[in-house]
Amino acid sequence: MTTTTTPVHVNRRQFLRVTSIVGGGMLLATYIETATSATAWAMTPADFVPNAYIKITPDGIVTIIAKNPEIGQGVKTMLPMIIADELDVDWKNVRIEQGLFDPAKYQPGQGAGGSTATPQNWTPMRRVGAAARAMLVVAATQTWSVPESECTTALGVVTHRASGRKLSYGQLVDKAATMPAPDLATVKLKDPKDYKIIGTKVPGVDNHAIVTGKPLYGIDITMPGMLSAVFEKCPVFGGTVKSANLDEIKAQPGVKHAFVVEGITPLNLQGLVGGVAIVADTWWQAQSARKKLTVVWDEGPTAEQSSVAFAAKSLELSKQPPQRSLRKDGDPDAALKGASRTVEAAYFYPFISHSPLEPQNTTALFKDGKLEIWSPTQQPASGRRLVAQTLGIQEADITLHITRSGGGFGRRLNNDYMVEAAWIAKQVPAPVKLLWTREDDVQHDFYRPAGWHYFTGGVDAAGKLVAWRDHFVSFGEGDRFAPSASIGATEFPARFIPNFELAASVVASGVPTGALRAPGSNGIAFAIQSFIDELAQAAGKDPVQFRLDLLANTPIPNPPPAAPPAGGGGRGGGFQAPGFDAQRMTGVVKLVAEKSNWAKVPLPKGTGMGVGMHFSHMGYFAEVVQATVAKDGTLKVDKVWIAGDIGSQVINVSHSENQAQGAALDGIAEALGQEITIVKGRTVQANFNNFLLLRLRQACPVEVTFLKTDNPPTGLGEPALPPVIPALCGAIFAATGKRIRSIPLSKQDLSWS
Amino acid sequence: MTVTFRVNGKQTTADVADDTPLLWVLRDVLELKGTKFGCGIGTCGACTVHVNGATVRSCQRKVSTLNGVEVTTIEGLSSDGSHPLQKAWEELDVPQCGYCQAGQLMSAAALLVKTPNPTDAQIDAAMNGNICRCTTYLRIRAAIHKAATMKAADSNGANRGASSGASDA
Repeated sequence: MTTTTTPVHVNRRQFLRVTSIVGGGMLLATYIETATSATAWAMTPADFVPNAYIKITPDGIVTIIAKNPEIGQGVKTMLPMIIADELDVDWKNVRIEQGLFDPAKYQPGQGAGGSTATPQNWTPMRRVGAAARAMLVVAATQTWSVPESECTTALGVVTHRASGRKLSYGQLVDKAATMPAPDLATVKLKDPKDYKIIGTKVPGVDNHAIVTGKPLYGIDITMPGMLSAVFEKCPVFGGTVKSANLDEIKAQPGVKHAFVVEGITPLNLQGLVGGVAIVADTWWQAQSARKKLTVVWDEGPTAEQSSVAFAAKSLELSKQPPQRSLRKDGDPDAALKGASRTVEAAYFYPFISHSPLEPQNTTALFKDGKLEIWSPTQQPASGRRLVAQTLGIQEADITLHITRSGGGFGRRLNNDYMVEAAWIAKQVPAPVKLLWTREDDVQHDFYRPAGWHYFTGGVDAAGKLVAWRDHFVSFGEGDRFAPSASIGATEFPARFIPNFELAASVVASGVPTGALRAPGSNGIAFAIQSFIDELAQAAGKDPVQFRLDLLANTPIPNPPPAAPPAGGGGRGGGFQAPGFDAQRMTGVVKLVAEKSNWAKVPLPKGTGMGVGMHFSHMGYFAEVVQATVAKDGTLKVDKVWIAGDIGSQVINVSHSENQAQGAALDGIAEALGQEITIVKGRTVQANFNNFLLLRLRQACPVEVTFLKTDNPPTGLGEPALPPVIPALCGAIFAATGKRIRSIPLSKQDLSWS
Repeated sequence: MTVTFRVNGKQTTADVADDTPLLWVLRDVLELKGTKFGCGIGTCGACTVHVNGATVRSCQRKVSTLNGVEVTTIEGLSSDGSHPLQKAWEELDVPQCGYCQAGQLMSAAALLVKTPNPTDAQIDAAMNGNICRCTTYLRIRAAIHKAATMKAADSNGANRGASSGASDA
């Protein structure tokens, strides 16, 4: 059984437009014709498209626009690789430029989230490259008066086989630019065996600029007359300014402006929050003045909230009937009564922060009613919309430059810093760069929501998992989950256990939450996979074999697709993923067991292996961790093995390994020591001295293997993360006999004797 | 106050408040954007530069202490990206987001001056103050080993590198 992906935007057709460049060369752009606005993007021949996908000049240089935001996921290299391969050019002659935000030109959309760039762009980018190649071939055949079937292309040259005549793309572009554009839907694509760039190691296109310290990131933007801003918000989420000592602040060295921003009480604080803006000649002056700032805040109702109170409320809810059922199969009550052994366990994972290393920033210039913005954003479309709505200007009057981001991890899906910068710039007659401190970033994040799972499970006399109940307690109100605090009704092991119930209750909270790398999955996988281990133990089965047995069950059919739960966004950028395919998961579980020599090598007491598997963002990952715990409880992670199935192609072999290794180590960092604690409605942690990121000394070897299957390629930014946490906890159990039901591990006593 | 010091071999004067950190002099006065702001409290290493050949967290070093010193930033590690570490970083495709890498390279460069062929443990000790949020650590470690090999092979060449001509602080 294989899963096929439904093409994204199936109701839209993409068209190609070709333009001659004055002075020589050709330019290819695409546009989308939708079912509802058939000619919305149609252009007349006189149009000039300054930022098309591909520009080929007579010198043979091919410039490809990278349209999506680069946050470290490698998309600025990967998407152009797809175009270049189908175009059949030498990568050495390819130049990459970051595209402006422009939904009229760049489809599918320009976002970085949900590991969606690969599945959304795989076919459209190949078609763009192949169409350009086809036109160049036609130009050559017309020049030579030979049939197309006698011509081949390689490394940017068309060759007529019989005569050996050659014409480079650079020699052909002026003629090709006059050719009718082929239909993108029917243009011939390469046989995968002929790929020369896809499936190879291509270093990141910005690497040289990075290692030589060239300005690349949002924080590096500068322009003549630019001022610098800081923005002080209430430490309590949703608090507003009553008064501030603005006169004193305005008298500080270098300070040009200081003012209160009223803010607009936005949903989940996803917009302009109130605060005090200080604008100075330099950032250090603005920040120095800020240290003299005294604000009287109206802290609002969130000031009563705390992590301790959330946990108490969760415990109280766990003893009551769930507020609502999300799924019920069979008869869990009867099955639990009839089970040969039952296990009950409560699992917890905390709030955690994204902490991308580049603090939030945006530069904005407001002039003559128009706004120009330079921003490290993962979601430019929603950023521009938010700015337009908040400032009361038209989106068409906003030019948005996407800068490289110093990490994203989902933090920059929210554009709160962009709208702050835009608001401040509107009050100031100069370009302004708003730059947050690290403390601003850690204390004003949209956190990975904490979550509790109250499980009961049962196995029968043969060791088969027959009953499962999960009372999931999360954040939200009524039947609405807070952002990224939801769980899907088809989340594994749903459908694979005959008597199954998933139910939920929510705790009201004023703490902003949002998508963190592998949203939902990064917590859910820890709880669910760890509890599967507990049931394997109750069944007397090996954890790998127990999973394979579970995957071998005939799944309960999925109901027809329904709308995703309200407020449950951030599980993949709105991308409708196909259902879970047990055969693909079985493949990676078997592979990782083989690679890690699972259960084959005797390990000393204090050393153990654990396994986890998880499907998210259309990717199938199984991971094994080996860890050693000293008697005093000191933990050392020895090694991670990853087996992943992201379809038929791993597009960039170098960066994909880097991503998968990074995801696993990122997950280990989350498990080891990361926690955001709320006291009196504010975040306790403030910087990297108390919100702990992984250090080099903690980085263990990570061996990555991809299992290629006959499925469309999918994304890799996220799905390699979730399984590593339960695998690590399983390894600790194997090493010590201690079951980990709560993270971070820094708060657990792992000592043994 | 006015301070005079050398940055990447060039005599430089800056007139800023005396508590201004070197980081902000580099970034906002001298327009050298390669040195990055990450935490502001010296815990992440993104702002690492060399002062008289030794690694310094430039977010913690006040400009008032800089008179007469020699500062080397990522822009001065080589003029063209030809330092063995820079070449190794490109060859092994180390960066993900890349934001920390200038600081990583500066810490690694100081390590290789003192310890031309470091062990894993020596690398871990020297680099533990540099956070990579994307956790590219495995490639960072491998690239330092690679650069050490390249440096050894290149030992007859010019004594290039950030600390050439400067004594350790």
